[in-house]
This record gives sequence, C-alpha cells and structure tokens, in this order.
Amino acid sequence: MSAIRTTNAAHTGADEVAVRKAIASTSRPPRAGALSTALTFGWRGMLKVKHVPEQLLDVTITPVMFVLMFTYLFGGAIAGSAHAYLDYILPGILVMSVLFTTVYSGVALNTDLTKGVVDRFRSLPIWKPSPLVGSLLGDSVRYVIAGTVIIVLGVILGYRPGAGVAGAVAALALVVVFAFGLSWVFTTLGLLLRSPNAVMNAGFMGIFPITFLSNVFVEPETLPRVLEAFVNVNPISILATASRGLMEGNVNGADIAIVLAVAAALTVVFAPLTTRLYRKG
Amino acid sequence: MTHMIRTSGLVKRYGNVLALDGLDLVVPKGAVLGLLGPNGAGKTTAVRILTTLLEPDEGAVEVAGLNVRSEPDKVRERIGLSGQTAAVDEHLTGFENLDMVGRLYHLGRKRSRERARELLGRFDLAEAGDRSAKTYSGGMRRRLDLAAALVAEPEVLFLDEPTTGLDPRSRIQMWETIQDLARGGSTVLLTTQYMEEADRLADDIVVIDRGRKIAEGTPDELKTQIGGERIESVLATAADLHPAQAILAGLCVGEVQLDEQARRLTAGVTGGAEVLKRFLQRLADANIAVVDVGLHRPTLDDVFLSLTGHSAEEVAESPDGRSEPEAEPTDTREKEAVR
Repeated sequence: MSAIRTTNAAHTGADEVAVRKAIASTSRPPRAGALSTALTFGWRGMLKVKHVPEQLLDVTITPVMFVLMFTYLFGGAIAGSAHAYLDYILPGILVMSVLFTTVYSGVALNTDLTKGVVDRFRSLPIWKPSPLVGSLLGDSVRYVIAGTVIIVLGVILGYRPGAGVAGAVAALALVVVFAFGLSWVFTTLGLLLRSPNAVMNAGFMGIFPITFLSNVFVEPETLPRVLEAFVNVNPISILATASRGLMEGNVNGADIAIVLAVAAALTVVFAPLTTRLYRKG
Repeated sequence: MTHMIRTSGLVKRYGNVLALDGLDLVVPKGAVLGLLGPNGAGKTTAVRILTTLLEPDEGAVEVAGLNVRSEPDKVRERIGLSGQTAAVDEHLTGFENLDMVGRLYHLGRKRSRERARELLGRFDLAEAGDRSAKTYSGGMRRRLDLAAALVAEPEVLFLDEPTTGLDPRSRIQMWETIQDLARGGSTVLLTTQYMEEADRLADDIVVIDRGRKIAEGTPDELKTQIGGERIESVLATAADLHPAQAILAGLCVGEVQLDEQARRLTAGVTGGAEVLKRFLQRLADANIAVVDVGLHRPTLDDVFLSLTGHSAEEVAESPDGRSEPEAEPTDTREKEAVR
C-alpha cells in the first residue's frame, strides 16, 4: 500500500491538490446519516408490500390453511374438541406464520443481488449495512401483518386470549423480535446461494421440519422419548410456549429470557456474517 | 485536474486466473473512454474496481482525484454506475426507484421527487413513471438504470456494457443519450464488446484482452494502426475479374484478393480517393462494368481480429447475468483454442 501512495503523491503536484480540494467541496448535499438511509430502505420494503400484496398472501395462506385444517380435521382427535385445540394451536401457528415469513427476507436479498441492485447500493455513499438493516425493519412490519392475520383469524373462529388484547400484542411482539434474529440466518443464506429459488428451497427445508419438530402442533409428552427431548430444547418450542403464556397471562419469565437470548445470539453471529458477505459483494 | 480516472498497474486475481494483468488507464476530464474487449477480457472487473465494489490485488486507482483504495466513500459521492444488468427494483415504479436513490444521496424529500420527475422526462419515461418497473421493456429498464446513475449529477460515469441485450432501436436511443451526456461535459468510461459502439461514442479506445491492454488510441488511430484503406469492388461479369485484377494490382499495395463467387476484388491502398478515381477511370477505359465499388476503412472488428487473433464476437456470451465470469479457466482455454 505505501508504495502505491508514494506513486500517487509523485503524480500529484501541490497545486493539483488544492484544485482537487476545491472541486471536492462543490455544492454536494451532505452525506445521509445511517438512520436516514436505513429508514429509506425500510420505506422501500413498505412500497413492496403496497405494490405486491400477494407476496404477503403467499406466506399467510399456508398458516391459515393449517389453522383451519388442524383445528377442524385433527382438533377432535388431538385435544378432544376443535375449540380446545384452537386454544393450543393458535399461538403456535402465530409463531409458524411469522417464522415462515423470515425466509422471504433472504429471498428478497438474493433477488437484489441477482438483479444487480446490490451493486447499485454498494456504489452509493451510504452506511454499508443500511440496506440490510432497513430491509429487516421493513420486513418486521410484514411479520406484524402476518401475525395479525393469524390472531384475527383465531378470534373469528372463537379463540379468546386469556390476557386479552395486551397478551396478544405481547406475544406478537416477542415472536417478531425472535423473527428479526432468525431473519439474519436467511439473509446470510441469501448472500451465499445462487438464486432466489435456491434460497427459498433451502430456507423452507430448514424452517419446515424445525417448526414441525416443536410443540406448535402437539404436546411433546405424546412423542417418542428421543423426539421429545429434541422438541423440548427446540427454541421454537420455547417461543411457542412463551407465546401461549403471554396470550393466556401465565407466562414463565425464564422462557422469555431464553427466547430473547437465542434471538440475540442469532443476531450476534449472523448479522456480522451477513454484513461481511454483503461488503465483499 | 487533467484526468478524472487513472489506474496504474492494476492487478486482480481470481484464484490462479489473472483477471487484470497490470492495467493502466487514463481518462481526461470530459472525455469518453471506450474499454473494448470480449467477454472475460476483464472489463467488468476494471469497472467494479473503479466503482469501489471490488478491491484490486495490486496497483493504484484514482477517480476524480481521489484514491479509490483509501477513500472509497468519497469516491462514491462523485460517481454514477450503470451496470451490466439494469439494477432497478421491479416492484417499485420508475418514479419510486429514482426517488429512493435521491433520498439515499440525501437530496431531501422534495428535491428527490423533483429530480426523479426531471430524469423521467429526460429519459422518455414520463408516461411510464408511475407504472411498476416490471412492466418496462429492456430498453426502458436500461434508461431507468442510467437515470438512477445520474440522480446526484456525478462527475464520472461508469457504464458497463450499456447496450448489451438491447434491440437495435433501443440501442440507438441509448447511444444518443450517452452522446448527450458526453456533450454535457461528463467524464464517461464505458465498456463494450461492440466495435460500432466504441467507434461511435468514444473519444479514446483501450482494447483489452485477458486483463491486458493490447492497443489504445482514437478510433481513427486504431484503424490506421491496423493498415490503411482498401478498395472493394464488385464486377458485373465474372469474365472481367482477371483484367480488373490486373488493373487493381497496378494501383494497390500488397495482393489483390479475389472472390470469384461474389465477383469481388479487394486490395489495400494508400492514397485514398485519388487511387479509387484512377481505378474507376481505368476500368471505364477497359469497358469493365462495375456493380459496386467503395473505399473502406477497416472497422474496429478488423482491428480486434488483427490484434488478438480472434474476433470479438467469437467468445460466447456469458450466460450468467449476475457477474461476468471473467477470465474463467474454461474461457481462457476457449481463447487458446481460437488462437
């Protein structure tokens, strides 16, 4: 490096430096701050929801189907009645629907990469990670919408959270915080894989089994012992249990702490990884 | 400042493959440099380094008087990039795409909107401005992408194969747009595989192959370097071919090439129009009828062929739009085979 700098200096007379300084200080607007650019990217995410609402439908239709199918088809067999099962399954499906949505954060990032949009952003004078942070902020709004759809559906079907609206909001907030952490995993994947479809397939190949191998649908006691042991330590089980607790008003504080710790751990590992991959381009 | 872009000894390796092998470029302020070469020659790698997207392994890079390696952020404030793929967000409207870029440059909400409308008008997209970019044609997307590169009125503009994949009409439209920009005093570096494009748009051309500069100069200089003009003539009857060949042989330098099938004679000449006049005179004296005759300067395709031993179009188009697989081993082998 030092050799190169010397070469440059040799080419550059003192006058030229002065001229350059003058040119550099023409009437360019000051650089946008990190928060401002991140919000602009969040706004971009909102515009997408506005223009392509069907993308949201994609991720909510499966959970909606699951609510209806599991409640009315298996509810009687699993919990004795459809209504009793709805009480159990609804917070679980809330978790599932929001977590499924996180895969799309990776898909969207990969789409930007393949279309060259990432190159445009990387050539702009902005805080480098702001497109990532901004998109995830925007995605959080989508998570809220996806979660709200499930809660509203539950209420229509006769679900009444014991802790009322406040409980439902708290449960949704916890799920969204966890989803924010998890989405960094998919943005990492989004930067590593070759096409949006590959991200989608790999993402669902991971999220699907790990969601099913939790207590979202059934009580773990009914499972074979090995499976039960796995289900009990699966963070998604703990998230589902915490959501149920928040909705019913009998939450265990330790569950919430574990959920937040896992979300933080995912962020600490995968956010820098995503950022580094993004920087390298 | 006399130059807006300068690189010296630029080297970039991908594994064992040298994508750039000591590339030197100088682009004076207000000039248009055409970086010409086939796929895999290193054009996109050079542009990515100049636009701060890629770190070189060796060499010095300066854009707008700033050291790209040590002050990439400052460089980003001064450049505009329009890459190989139209980098537009399909889900957003044309207006929203430009508005977003304006906000990211911190133009402010009001000014961003004004600028977006201004650019849509200038690039013939005013009517389509409020439609989702998904509905745009290839040419419209490219124009929108170029508009996005111009939002902050950059001093230096990088255009990576601005017309690849466009239909002829859109291509000509794009050329006119770039010519307008050049007339407006922008410094432009554009890469292309089309000789015609470099000839038409660039003040100076640098021909690169395998990451190395193999020739440079104005379009005219390059054509001269490769040999002067040639006379091409198509005769009415095949019987006249040999007498006409004898006449031309007396006027040309080198040998007369004969294409019996097409009844065509071709020969290199020095002396231009005067020689052509004499040739026609003598043909007339000998009562030889001519269907077509002309004085041709070599095209840049000829330049490329003679410099590299293969034509620019012989190397297959890259199938992967995401990043040009520059200097991939297979690519190199292909070129070897052609040589």
